[in-house]
Amino acid sequence: MNNASLNRATPYLFLAPALVIMAIALLYPLGYMVYGSFRDWDPSQTLQEASFVGLANYKTLWNDPNFHESLMVTLKFACSVVTVEMFIGVGLALLLDRKLRGMSLLRTLFILPMMIAPVVVGLIWRYMYHPSIGLFNRTSEGLGLGSVDWLGQHALLSVIIADIWQWTPFIFILSLAALQSLPRSAIEAAKIDGASGWQQIWHIKLPLMMPVLIVTGLLRLIDAFKVLEVILVMTEGGPGLSTEILALRISRTATEFRELGVAAAMSNYLLMLLLLLTVIMLTYNKISDLRAQRARRIAEEAI
Amino acid sequence: MPIIEIQHLIKRYGKLDVLHGIDLQMADAEFTVLVGPSGCGKSTTLRLIAGLETVTEGEIYIDGRPISHLEPKERDLAMVFQDYALYPHMNVAKNMSFALRLQKLPKKEINARVAEVAGILGLTEYLHRKPAELSGGQRQRVAMGRAMTRDSSTFLFDEPLSNLDAKLRTQMRAELALMRQRLQKNMIYVTHDQIEAMTLADRIVVMNAGRIEQQGSPEELFKHPANLFVAGFLGTPPMNFLNAQIAGQSDSLRLTGAGFEFHCNPMTSARLAGSPSSNIIIGVRPSDLVSDQSAPAGSSIELQVNVSEYVGAQSVLICECGGEKMMVEHKSDTPIALGEKLTFSLDLADAHFFDPRSGQAISGQTTT
Repeated sequence: MNNASLNRATPYLFLAPALVIMAIALLYPLGYMVYGSFRDWDPSQTLQEASFVGLANYKTLWNDPNFHESLMVTLKFACSVVTVEMFIGVGLALLLDRKLRGMSLLRTLFILPMMIAPVVVGLIWRYMYHPSIGLFNRTSEGLGLGSVDWLGQHALLSVIIADIWQWTPFIFILSLAALQSLPRSAIEAAKIDGASGWQQIWHIKLPLMMPVLIVTGLLRLIDAFKVLEVILVMTEGGPGLSTEILALRISRTATEFRELGVAAAMSNYLLMLLLLLTVIMLTYNKISDLRAQRARRIAEEAI
Repeated sequence: MPIIEIQHLIKRYGKLDVLHGIDLQMADAEFTVLVGPSGCGKSTTLRLIAGLETVTEGEIYIDGRPISHLEPKERDLAMVFQDYALYPHMNVAKNMSFALRLQKLPKKEINARVAEVAGILGLTEYLHRKPAELSGGQRQRVAMGRAMTRDSSTFLFDEPLSNLDAKLRTQMRAELALMRQRLQKNMIYVTHDQIEAMTLADRIVVMNAGRIEQQGSPEELFKHPANLFVAGFLGTPPMNFLNAQIAGQSDSLRLTGAGFEFHCNPMTSARLAGSPSSNIIIGVRPSDLVSDQSAPAGSSIELQVNVSEYVGAQSVLICECGGEKMMVEHKSDTPIALGEKLTFSLDLADAHFFDPRSGQAISGQTTT
């Protein structure tokens, strides 16, 4: 090897150890899952013993009404929590973006739910929703309003509320950070130009926050599609399949129904969905980058 | 009738007093420049007028109407910011028409006004560009255009040229002068650059540490600075200050200091009679020292030239006299050896006298 080609290879040589570790830690399990999804695989077998079935697992799922139901529940859950969390989180940020006494304490309190382990959140809400001893029903009964079958008839709504409680702070802190990094003078210029509080929000603040909001929303959406613990603790997917989100169905298929191949195929469907979202997010970032580059080029030509 | 009046304006942040009671009156269609070093309160004063900060004490009147309790949008002002403060997500036309669109003016009228102002400022071909796609000078023009499309009674400028490079700044300064001639509105302009202040202003207000040091026309302030601060702040190169003692008989006083002695004629002696003590500071503009090797003692000073800065039409000599630094504007082409001692004549009628204790100019001086 001559000197020049050695020089070219140097960075890759330095990267090699990290790449090997990443390959083992990341790609091996992923490959294992994809490989397993093509087999009729029982937990008592090794992967090599399991028979190859091609796309059969994927076809089964494609026609499985329970899987469809689970997918719908997941979609409903993810879309509604992200929508509501965005509204409340951004709204709170707009409301609390000011200098008032005690504001930093208030902000800290607002982000507390995010710090609690999901299992604990599930337990807290499960007890609050309890039909007889729960906070909600005792209060409403005390007020003579009767009781609500929170974790029964309204199970999906109940887990949605719990998730909103836990994850709105995430949107809140990111929106607040975005708000506080907005160019202050542009907002002042809008005030001088005659914009009311609402007009400042609508015409200046929200459009300028939009890049952060889009990425934040997509991140939250990706996360919401993978939700498991809170629902596992609160409803275990019930009653019936009413709160059986995909992650729960995957783990059940693997452990209770002992169909590892089907579970792997289901994971891959979920993975594809998440990849799609990720690609949307990265494309959005790329487009913003390109736009900024183009603007810089035009500005340089203008001089 | 003064159209903008500020009465005893005080601004406090917690316990920190930023403005200690500003009183100002601006005449109709006057170009007022607030000038002073960083932290002197000039920007704060402007922001109080704009309504971007709340007044602690005092009142601001526009046409006799108190406005300090009003929102910025109710004050009928336009403002140009130091960092342009353009709306990054709107193109030039949208930036310039934002206020008009909020007022819900008819589209036709908005377009006509934007087109007119864009024409004046040479922005017509850039109307569809976003601010990021413009050069610094163009952004500055858009910021000015945004203020001009509104038919406000008063324009506020917060150091609008300080982010531009030197060449562009000179060019924009000329454009500003044209703009004010065309508009004939009240303009209040904040800058730390005394050349901008001198060239643009009808009235200069020199501020320092939250107080007004002096206000008046550029000529008034340059010729008759009220105190050491104003004397040292206006003029490039800055005024030289020499510590001296007054000695001799009342009608033929002498001024002596480290390395010089001046004899005063009766007129100068009369001016010095107003001095509260025999200690005095003589202020001499660098342009008032004239190289003259045959100048008689008593009306001249000998300086050692340490540095000569050639600036084209003249040189600025940085000299020393009795351990103190002096600057001289030297118009002659005769080469000067560094370290050489030269004699410069000085007509005391051109000199300024200050009381070293109070820093105030010694009265009687205005008779010059």
